[in-house]
Amino acid sequence: MSDQQPTFRFSTSATIKHAVLILGALIVLLPFYVMVSYSLKSPAEIMQNTGGFFGAQIPFRDDYCVKLGNAIADCMVTPWIYNYTTAFEKAPLVRYLLNGVIVTVSIFFIQVIIALPCAYALAKLKFWGRETVFALVLFCLLIPVHAIALPLYIMLAKLGLTNTYAALIVPWTISVFGIFLMRQFFMTVPDDLIDAARMDGMGEYSIIWNVMLPTAIPALMAFAIFSVVAHWNDYFWPRIVITGNRELFTPPLGLREFKGDADGDNFGPMMATAVIIVTPLLAAFALAQRRFIEGITLSGMK
Amino acid sequence: MSNIRLNTITKKFGTTDVLKGVDLDIDDKEFVTLVGPSGCGKSTLLRILAGLEQPDEGQVIIDGKNVTSMRPADRNLSMVFQSYALYPHLTIRQNMMTPLKLRDLSTSQRLPLIGPFLARKEYKELFSQVDRTAKILKITELLDRKPGQLSGGQRQRAALGRAMVRNPLAFLMDEPLSNLDAALRVHMRAELTQLHQRLGATFVYVTHDQAEALTMSDRMAVMMHGKILQYGSPEDIYQNPANVEVAKFIGSPAINILSASVNDYAQICIQNLILDLFAPTQEPNITIGARPEHLTFCDDNPTALTGFVQHIENLGADLYYHVKIKDEQRPLIVRSAAGNGKRHQIDDLVHVKFDLNSTLAFAADGTRLQTHRKLMDELAS
Repeated sequence: MSDQQPTFRFSTSATIKHAVLILGALIVLLPFYVMVSYSLKSPAEIMQNTGGFFGAQIPFRDDYCVKLGNAIADCMVTPWIYNYTTAFEKAPLVRYLLNGVIVTVSIFFIQVIIALPCAYALAKLKFWGRETVFALVLFCLLIPVHAIALPLYIMLAKLGLTNTYAALIVPWTISVFGIFLMRQFFMTVPDDLIDAARMDGMGEYSIIWNVMLPTAIPALMAFAIFSVVAHWNDYFWPRIVITGNRELFTPPLGLREFKGDADGDNFGPMMATAVIIVTPLLAAFALAQRRFIEGITLSGMK
Repeated sequence: MSNIRLNTITKKFGTTDVLKGVDLDIDDKEFVTLVGPSGCGKSTLLRILAGLEQPDEGQVIIDGKNVTSMRPADRNLSMVFQSYALYPHLTIRQNMMTPLKLRDLSTSQRLPLIGPFLARKEYKELFSQVDRTAKILKITELLDRKPGQLSGGQRQRAALGRAMVRNPLAFLMDEPLSNLDAALRVHMRAELTQLHQRLGATFVYVTHDQAEALTMSDRMAVMMHGKILQYGSPEDIYQNPANVEVAKFIGSPAINILSASVNDYAQICIQNLILDLFAPTQEPNITIGARPEHLTFCDDNPTALTGFVQHIENLGADLYYHVKIKDEQRPLIVRSAAGNGKRHQIDDLVHVKFDLNSTLAFAADGTRLQTHRKLMDELAS
């Protein structure tokens, strides 16, 4: 293969592989391209599909502003400025972003608090039925969220918890994937380290938080990215449990603000909102890219 | 002050018997080595002593107190592990502080940030204890580094430091030198022995390396198949092994084992050779053992075995000749000092004589037979 031959040599199989990969990457990136492009263009350019990537950035008339009785000259706006300011003005986007942070961070912390002791017990303690419990954990990995969404919703509704932060957070606090991932990592921690801690006088919980947690930071980082990405981007669950209260909207729900208005879809600001929602994740990914890949290989290895 | 007694310890893992009723007495300030091939149960025995495993039967008694069901930390023993098991995220100082903090400080005093503030005096005392120990082990300049930044030998010292810092009743060591390179291992052997004398503490040391056991211990217990085969001083075990397995395990190069027979006059015979050595046994078939240093080259005579030099190992001071004897599967290994007499070459015809005072005889089941240079009266009649 290529790494055995340091000099360049044309290889049909490698070319085909790369062609397929490039094609795949293009398919994945195309929606992002459209999203960013639309967030910069005027409504007319979006409808007529003109203006290239950036649009011509010719000021256009904001009809809504005119309706409010302002002079037409005062209502001329540059498309990209209009899109991004509208995104923040029309919906309380900052509030949504804050909600997103509250929800994802709470979910992650509670997940860690529950997953670490579980994973520790499954990896390092010997008890009757441990393998069965682990098999159940693996089994739970197979259950899709959507299959249990309705019973979960009914439970929350009966408890009167819909339209609360609790409804957004509680169903996700036990992460089977997290337990599985951390268990696999803990299996690689040498038993001697735990025995040493026991000899030093630590109890089992103390071992989890003072010995296992610090050694598991790389795996936890990987899990953090999985967890945060999943819940930051989640549209399905918030859509179900947050029905009226806009104060509790998470960023993806905020996108709906621009959808289905009487005067038609307002794609420019909508795409600007999407860009704003995605950016924190992209930034986080760029910063933690190495760890993210580590995490994937970690879970893929075993 | 710490006598340690293990009373008929049994342990099973699943259906395998790991320990089959082991008794062991360890005196105060003694350096005891548990030595045996891997899988013989020596580490399990140490872990039971430490409290990390529970025995199925039997008791662990420290200073006359039954501690079998006590938590490891409450037994006040400390352990050095093969992999050192230092906390990777803490500096060496913090590593050494950990057992002290857990023993001497209350929960509130152990809190991060506020703890050291609340209990300044206690922390000062702990710091000085760590510094004192570090000075003994000469690791003061390593205290602020993390384990990952240390070499194997330095980690070994740090692990020792963590064990030493709280003045335990006894030190338990589980193959602590096996991750070090050969030169450092020999050096650390001497250092551990000195440390033992200096601290005047009880050491229980597990190893599979018979050389470590011979060089370091006051007494050593040779373990095999979940039992202690022999417990005694290194000299005793080397010179007077209780059975053929101990004889084979202790000593390097290994003892030469030859099949032999006993004739009607109770004389031991090897092939056609009749030795001037008597064994009081009715069994005709026995084995004899002779260590390489108890064999010497000689001129052809009726009490010598004849063979060809097959291979020569030169260790500088000593030469080990592998001598192929007719009808014996394994060559006889003969030690000869390098400057001693004529040097033989490969394929030379040589004659090998036994040092009859040191030659050991074993019955067919492996137990040791007493040998005599003279025929005893009761056998003669």
